Amino acid sequence: MLILECPYCGVTGEETEFHGGGEAHLTRHGPGSSDDDFENYLFLRENPRGVHFERWRHVNGCGKWFHAARDTATLEVFGTYSAQTTEPPQDIKDAITAKRPGWSWREFK
Amino acid sequence: MSETSALNGRGTEGTTTVRDTGLQGMITLRGNLASTKLKAICKEITGQPMPKAGQAHVSGDTGLAWMSPDELLVLVPHGQAADAVARIDAALAGQHFLAVNVSDARALIAVEGAGAREVIARLCPVDMSPEAFGPGAFRRTRMAQIPAAFWMEQDGSLRVICFRSVAEYAFGLLSTAAKSPAVGFL
Ligand SMILES: [Zn+2]
Repeated sequence: MLILECPYCGVTGEETEFHGGGEAHLTRHGPGSSDDDFENYLFLRENPRGVHFERWRHVNGCGKWFHAARDTATLEVFGTYSAQTTEPPQDIKDAITAKRPGWSWREFK
Repeated sequence: MSETSALNGRGTEGTTTVRDTGLQGMITLRGNLASTKLKAICKEITGQPMPKAGQAHVSGDTGLAWMSPDELLVLVPHGQAADAVARIDAALAGQHFLAVNVSDARALIAVEGAGAREVIARLCPVDMSPEAFGPGAFRRTRMAQIPAAFWMEQDGSLRVICFRSVAEYAFGLLSTAAKSPAVGFL
């Protein structure tokens, strides 16, 4: 069971109160972009075993979208943070480093 | 305006009871909850100060509940909802906000008696221990297969809000959960 804390309403709930929104920090490539960029945006995902960044929505709660950093193998949650950012904040990166030294995910480490 | 509530005043008997509270005025108010004007009109209408996250200030059928960082639930007597929306619209004119009378889209059910906490705990993924959830606490969550919200009254009873279209299902859930006696865990 995944336990998440919504950074907007402060509620800590189990995953059935939330809804997963897929991989986080995607850059949208729309009309006019190259085929490679568009394919990457639409289809290519990290899908890692270990440290991962995702979007979640507090669907049976305050309704807000937020980000979560977690381990896909252990379900350990390193932290949740605002949706209004394009990369994980430093305190989240530090929390991951403390538990998984040497981690990397896309351009982040 | 609806003339009867979805559950039409139904109730159960026992040590823990489930009861339709009848028609309840409810207004969804979205906007900047820190706005002085917004706080003032809410206080004027309900007599209550702005609740903090996870709280509801309710007295009888009037009050305020914190729904999200930009959403408030305003409770008023059913017949006063339309007038309250008009007063909010007038007070907040020019601000970015939204006030909608959702009274007839919702149902409000009371769970009362010694086992009230356990009835909720059987249906919702929420810590209902007295340390975690006391009078004035408010929570939006999942109740079996539907979204629901509830708060605790000063007497320890609970008030559950759900959509009117699933009121029958919610009443069934709550009354079934209230049938077996409290195990005394909470
Ligand atoms: Zn939330």
